[in-house]
Amino acid sequence: MTVSLLIFLPVIAAALVLFFKNSAAKHAALVFSLAELVLAGVFLSKFVPNATTQFMVVVPWIPKFGIYFNAGIDGISMIMVLLSALLVPLIILTTYKHEYKNAGAFYALILFMQAGMLVVFTALDGFLFYVGWEAALIPIYFICSLWGGQNRIKVTIKFFIYTFSGSLIMLVALIYLYLQSPEKTYDLSHFYNLKLSIPQQSLIFWAFFLAFAIKMPLFPFHTWQPDTYTEAPPAGTMMLAGIMLKMGIYGVIRWLIPLAPLGYDRYWDTAIVLSIIGIVYASIIAFRQKDGKRLVAYSSIAHVGLISAGLFAWTYLGAQGAMIQMLSHGINIVGMFFIWDIIGSRLNTREISQLGGIAKVAPKFAIAFLIITLGTIALPLTNGFIGEFLLLSGIFSINILLAIFSGLTMIFGAVYMLRMYKSVMQGETNALTATFKDISGSEVLVLGIICALIIVIGIYPQPILHISDAAVKQLVDQTTMKFNEVKP
Amino acid sequence: MITLIIISTVPILLLYLGLYKAQKSLLPVTLIGLLAALGFAIAQWNTSAQPIYSGMMLFDNFSVAFSAVTIISTILIVLLSRGYFEKISSHVAEYYAIILFSLTGIIMMVSYYNLVMLFIGIETMSVSLYILAGIKKTDFASNEAALKYFLMGAFSTGFLLFGIALIYGSSGSFSLEAIRNWVLNSDPHHIDPMFYAGILLIIVGLCFKVGAAPFHFWTPDVYEGSPTLITAFMSTVVKTAAFAAFLRLFSECFQPVADFWVPVVLVITIVTLFIGNLTALYQQSFKRMLAFSSISHAGYLLFAIVALGASSANSVFTYATAYSIASIIAFGGLILVQQQSGNDNFDSFNGLGKKNPFLALVITVAMLSLAGIPLTAGFIGKFFMFSGALLQFHVVMVILAVVNAIISIFYYFRVIVAMYFRDADRDELVVPVYYKLVLGLAAIATIAIGVYPGLITGFI
Repeated sequence: MTVSLLIFLPVIAAALVLFFKNSAAKHAALVFSLAELVLAGVFLSKFVPNATTQFMVVVPWIPKFGIYFNAGIDGISMIMVLLSALLVPLIILTTYKHEYKNAGAFYALILFMQAGMLVVFTALDGFLFYVGWEAALIPIYFICSLWGGQNRIKVTIKFFIYTFSGSLIMLVALIYLYLQSPEKTYDLSHFYNLKLSIPQQSLIFWAFFLAFAIKMPLFPFHTWQPDTYTEAPPAGTMMLAGIMLKMGIYGVIRWLIPLAPLGYDRYWDTAIVLSIIGIVYASIIAFRQKDGKRLVAYSSIAHVGLISAGLFAWTYLGAQGAMIQMLSHGINIVGMFFIWDIIGSRLNTREISQLGGIAKVAPKFAIAFLIITLGTIALPLTNGFIGEFLLLSGIFSINILLAIFSGLTMIFGAVYMLRMYKSVMQGETNALTATFKDISGSEVLVLGIICALIIVIGIYPQPILHISDAAVKQLVDQTTMKFNEVKP
Repeated sequence: MITLIIISTVPILLLYLGLYKAQKSLLPVTLIGLLAALGFAIAQWNTSAQPIYSGMMLFDNFSVAFSAVTIISTILIVLLSRGYFEKISSHVAEYYAIILFSLTGIIMMVSYYNLVMLFIGIETMSVSLYILAGIKKTDFASNEAALKYFLMGAFSTGFLLFGIALIYGSSGSFSLEAIRNWVLNSDPHHIDPMFYAGILLIIVGLCFKVGAAPFHFWTPDVYEGSPTLITAFMSTVVKTAAFAAFLRLFSECFQPVADFWVPVVLVITIVTLFIGNLTALYQQSFKRMLAFSSISHAGYLLFAIVALGASSANSVFTYATAYSIASIIAFGGLILVQQQSGNDNFDSFNGLGKKNPFLALVITVAMLSLAGIPLTAGFIGKFFMFSGALLQFHVVMVILAVVNAIISIFYYFRVIVAMYFRDADRDELVVPVYYKLVLGLAAIATIAIGVYPGLITGFI
């Protein structure tokens, strides 16, 4: 049993779903994504949580250029695989009350995108990683610009150009690494063993950093994000925020820091400072947002900034925090965008000032919204807490001042999220919100699952931490050893 | 060498068929001739090739690969021409015949082993093209195209010939092998300046033919004025052949003195990339955009010559194949749209995605391939080019090329945006079966090469 099963199931599914029409496409996509989830579960059950890479597949692809279809799953990849296998069926479920034109194409693109992301999360070959990286981008471009909002054409082309620029720079860096490797290969493990000089590693660091910083996005490369999140169809936003931005974070863990440890050693402070600027900046902008979906988009920049800051601190605790927080953030942000999707499609507005008192007419909805809000602001016993706690303790062990600034996310987040909750849900109902119907059917199911996950992971995160524990420890130790080698 | 004989005799047969009004048999005879030629070419693959005809030609794997790709592209274009030439003129046999004559020259260009053959090949090809460009006799733009092409082409051939003469003057031979030996045996610091002048003149002549800046001024007008299918032929088959000729000459003969000419070609490459891309951005006509983008693709292809090495031939072959297939789709789609709407602006593609999903899909694949997006053949081509250039430490050039690749997204995606995201009242286009076949096959080939490049990278 190899990881290729996991990668190619969505590809085949996408090809089949293309031929279904309307609601049949919906059901087919759901069935296939559930099958993928089950498959991921089987992989998880057979997974041995040590530092080795398992379920490896190595097939010559372009052997002349040292390119192999080389993929496998270790603890870090396992979490990412779980994240995407879990979220895609949920996201498909959230679309059950929507009718999309050309539904077959819509769901096929979502499944194809999932395959691209799985390639990214499991690739152990530079070329394969790049191909997966782009293969995930093309579908989301079409999802956003075919089914998106008013300004979609301008916004999505900006998004595409932004990310494509970053990834081309990364491609140049990958080719450079290939040419430096004595065996002329794109194999990641050979890249790890390269002995490059500090200037070389600095260049590699910045080339990868650019690609990943655009994807996450970090300040000052975030300008595509709020517009794209707002204009994309709800499911597209969830795919982008829930899974796709984790490609950038995963890239930092797997590629950026281990490939250029000396470059990282030189510039980690710049990276952390950029992350923290992003946290404060995005939080302040989030205060002022009138559109709920846009507010959530900015809050996502802030939360990702914290993950990135904790990661660039590169401690065992911080990296573990990043792993679990990626999962939690994915779950919470999908929930949050779904909440706004429900509000937006019922009331035809997302203006926070026009809403209020929904809790009175829709109690079930109110409970779900509250739990997701609490998860997002990282209240203890919710999933957000454990991740942010670990991330902050990682940063704390490096520099107290940085930790204090990073900690602002939690405070700011609480302020703008609770304020949003208050003005949307509490107070008196007005003429618009009085007509709000409580959630039912698939909506209850999705929000129920999300709330359950928020609480379960919040109370007992150990099984998830355990999955990535050994792999993270090994990776952090290995790279830390490399800094120490050069230091006197 | 049966390939060359078949391709040069079939057109004579076609002319007779035309004389006896056997219009129906023209296309089948052309196709059979081309397929036979292709078969004989491929049969030569991986046989130990020796120079033939007193060292005039060498039909090695390089020649087989480039003959194959030019013949296949021609087959695709000829298939698209069903019903196309009849609309323009009543002398249909001549079109097929002249296209094949042109292909004869092209086969010589990809398999020459002597500068005389290079010149004969280029002339055979060019003279046929001058006629083809002006084949819409009553059309003003077509006449302009032919005249411009002829004047510029003749001028550039003059440069080429002068360069060949200077090379002959210093090395004493036209044979590639003899020139190479002469270069290898002489001290690079004491080579006659006449030889270097010859190299420069040959670069000028060949850059004219491939449409590289600053010798590109004929391209947009000629491409726009010629009948669309002829433009497709010029920008795919002819460009591929010119690059094959360029590459063979420089890798066989001039590699030892690369220090001298690489800076020249490097500057040409960068200028070509920027001029092609930046001008393409401002075009309103799809056809003119393709013309300018073909200039920028010439820039990417020049990478292989700047970074001359063992893998250059493979890079050019892959890139040229990817580019040819994608261009044929683009021009094929353009012909259909043009027939319906009467113009070739981007606007005339509006709403195509709804009415003709198949056509829109294949054009999208072509645009993605031209833009170099992974999982299409175009990406593999760009990837090889970038790898080759980085291998020779042309880092700045690659960064500039990346900038250009990003710019090109704007204009290639304009077509996709027009087809899918803009609505327009339009009727469904009737896509003839031949078009479906050719465009479908080309799109499948584009993706197949993109997913598994091993399909073609083993050729050379």
